[in-house]
Amino acid sequence: MSRPLIFEISRPGRCAASLPERDVPAAELPEGLVREELPLPEVSEGELIRHYTHLSQINYGVDTGFYPLGSCTMKYNPKINEAMARLPGFTGLHPYQDEETIQGALFLMYSLQEFLEEIGGFAGVSLQPAAGAHGELTGVLMMRAYHESRGDGTRDVMLIPDSAHGTNPASTSMSGMQVVEIPSDERGDVDLGALKAACEEHSDRLVGMMLTNPNTLGLFEKQVEEICAVVHEHGGLMYGDGANMNALLGVARPGDLGFDVLHFNLHKTFSTPHGGGGPGSGPVGASPTLVDFLPGPMVKIDPERSEEDLPFFSLWMPPQTIGRVKAFYGHFGVIVKAYTYIRMLGPRGLRRTAEHAVLNANYLKERLKETYPLPYDRTCMHEFVLAGPPQDVQDTDVHTMDVAKRLIDYGFHPPTVYFPLIVEEALMIEPTETESQETLDAFADAMLDIVAEARDDPDLLHEAPFHAPARRLDEVKAARDLILRWQPGDDEP
Amino acid sequence: MPYIPHSDADRRAMLERIGVPSLEELFEDVPERARFPDLQLPPALSEIGARWELESLADANLTTGEGSCFLGAGAYRHFVPAVVDAVISRGEFYSAYTPYQPEVSQGTLQAVFEYQTMICELTGMDVSNASHYDGATATAEAVITAINVHRMRRKKVVISRFVHPEYREVVRTYTQGLGLTIVEDTQGSAGVQDLLDDDTACLIVQYPDFLGRFEDLSALAEAAQATGALFVVVADPIALGLLKPPGEFGADIVVGEGQGLGLGLNFGGPYLGFFAVKKRHVRKVAGRLVGQTVDTEGERGFVLTLSTREQHIRRERATSNICTNQGLMALAAAVYMAALGKCGMRRVAELCYHKAHFAADRIDALDGFSVLRDRPFFKEFAVRCPRSVSEINDDLLRGWAIIGGYDLGQDYPDLEDHALLCVTEMNLRQEIDLLVEALEEVTS
Repeated sequence: MSRPLIFEISRPGRCAASLPERDVPAAELPEGLVREELPLPEVSEGELIRHYTHLSQINYGVDTGFYPLGSCTMKYNPKINEAMARLPGFTGLHPYQDEETIQGALFLMYSLQEFLEEIGGFAGVSLQPAAGAHGELTGVLMMRAYHESRGDGTRDVMLIPDSAHGTNPASTSMSGMQVVEIPSDERGDVDLGALKAACEEHSDRLVGMMLTNPNTLGLFEKQVEEICAVVHEHGGLMYGDGANMNALLGVARPGDLGFDVLHFNLHKTFSTPHGGGGPGSGPVGASPTLVDFLPGPMVKIDPERSEEDLPFFSLWMPPQTIGRVKAFYGHFGVIVKAYTYIRMLGPRGLRRTAEHAVLNANYLKERLKETYPLPYDRTCMHEFVLAGPPQDVQDTDVHTMDVAKRLIDYGFHPPTVYFPLIVEEALMIEPTETESQETLDAFADAMLDIVAEARDDPDLLHEAPFHAPARRLDEVKAARDLILRWQPGDDEP
Repeated sequence: MPYIPHSDADRRAMLERIGVPSLEELFEDVPERARFPDLQLPPALSEIGARWELESLADANLTTGEGSCFLGAGAYRHFVPAVVDAVISRGEFYSAYTPYQPEVSQGTLQAVFEYQTMICELTGMDVSNASHYDGATATAEAVITAINVHRMRRKKVVISRFVHPEYREVVRTYTQGLGLTIVEDTQGSAGVQDLLDDDTACLIVQYPDFLGRFEDLSALAEAAQATGALFVVVADPIALGLLKPPGEFGADIVVGEGQGLGLGLNFGGPYLGFFAVKKRHVRKVAGRLVGQTVDTEGERGFVLTLSTREQHIRRERATSNICTNQGLMALAAAVYMAALGKCGMRRVAELCYHKAHFAADRIDALDGFSVLRDRPFFKEFAVRCPRSVSEINDDLLRGWAIIGGYDLGQDYPDLEDHALLCVTEMNLRQEIDLLVEALEEVTS
């Protein structure tokens, strides 16, 4: 069933907005600079709401069902967070208002800085970065600025494990540096021998290393302290990709493990939600070595304007800051949600969150590992990676993508597929702590049923999904035809 | 424990299946000395307690809704129809991830495809991406796109000093490792042309500029392109409801802050960076693109496309590191543009224009005030004041509950004692009358 685009239900003269009459005299419009046409849709309010309600009904979210998308921490998003971010005392604030009129907002930001410092074991946190990759770029620029401030600005080599998120190498090259890839060992950890050799080889040029811990296999890097020590010995700094912080809340603080800088993903760990692809928020924490290089403005207590028992909060830039990484102060609306989440959980709730995320992942791993190959059979953290369907099923040309598409028919969102790159046919599964044992069992049963189906009728999997808003979509055609917008006169197919 | 469904019995059964006696034993890979730190955080609140605390923090602020506001400078108080929040409050939209599995993400994908189309119409460009973090980062990504178009062979960026000061700063932050020379003009647009040469990757101007002024950009576009540089325009989408789109002047890239398109002020974010290009640059674009295709039954559908440009495929050779963008904000902007539509967008822009001109005329007539009128302006204008702007603003706030304009002297030493005032469709005539009365009184 084809769904019309909003342009296709447009009829001349309709409008869904009611605007006031002009209450001032008309000024003369600038000659030659007024546009002639603006072909936007013309719809009534009722039609508009039906259009977007229909679109929402063909979208799958955590509110719809289980969403075990590895590396993305698709946990339940508490509704109180949404309500608090919509308080008029927050939504109506202009970023350039006088500091005296925004003390509530600044107190909240200051508190979240402190909470994240404590959770991560850092000396300072800047809330400005807008997303995880933005936090990475920020951290890499801070590492670069640190070396430059010491007259060591020729350092340009970043070590990155082969299991890393693609954003790590991309952030490094955006900062004008070279990537040297470090292989993983047979346990799924960083190959320490290869790391030592790379540090020796690039010692004079070493900026540092970017490490995700737990790594993208869902495994805690057991040698993390030794890795940090080796990199530090060669004058490098340790960057932590905090995408997997959900496993570490109240369990371990990256700052205590030896990381110099790390980004948090508020939209993952602190459930602020993902929004169908943003807005995220990627605050960056720094050790005493890097704290002066954080981007700003940050919030501090201004002793000169404070009174006893009444601190005054001000915006400020750290002394050796890399500068602003975006306009204004960060994604404040997202920051309110993360603050609410941390206040609702408290220190004990945060630790229980990590413990149950890890419990759920290990339980699901145990239920699946006898049927689906598990390349690294260890206690996992918040997620685990399977190597696709069993070999006899793969021999019938049924692959990870087919399993993923068939899961849709069972009412589940598929896991992350074909990542990390070091596992062929990877199925990366992150259940999160907010799922019940019954949900995990239903998902495991579906995964096992799908293998049975594949053995019985491989084409059933090739053709899946059958019960989704769309059948399998042709991505090759999309890239070849490159239709990136609707054109007047385009017909519905 | 909030949000965790496990009963004691569930936990025991699951641990037994895993084969460990307790939750603690799952963490033996974590170095013992660092394991289970005692976090010094305030204890948990109930939902009632959290609500009280957050409400008291919200109440400790004075908002733009409580008085009259004439502050803009990159964040604007525009009307947000109720339909916008109704749509983006739907859990099916906001609790989804980036649409990696298109068969269950057609809602997000179609909405973004429609957003891309509307941004193309508004800017007069061929291709829009799915969004950037904000106007400032979209501007910085435009610089990187221009550098990539020139395959890193051109190392100079010319940027008008009347591009938002924070955007210029973000461009410098983003590119600090790339060995570029960033040149700002000192003369305004006339001076920009003289700085262009065959090492220039792009020329960036703002439309309307930071002082609210606009002009025909054709000559600048031609001058930039004559040297082979890309012409980048940072545009206000609300102004484009009335003004000629930058695409008609020949812009190669149009970026900007989409906050005015239904997003509210929110103390600076989350906002929306929009990013549109001419078709010839499509393979150098940063960020997500949604494209149309068909499913196996021939029905129209939508997918993320050209992902070979992106970090998860191309890693260190990607056009950008961007991953999560502003999906929900793009949806909000699309709902806004669809709600206002062809006529509503024009009417909002005209209301801003007429009200700003009415305010400017009245203020210009006051003793000691003088409005900068060297070029046409849209919804903001610079005005020279007889006292320091910060002192005037203090008096306006305390005596009249008016949030005054932006102090231009902070960024432009030659504009000391100049305020940048912003008037939108949200300012009633009575508010403008009150501002005029207040300005007269606090300077007499």
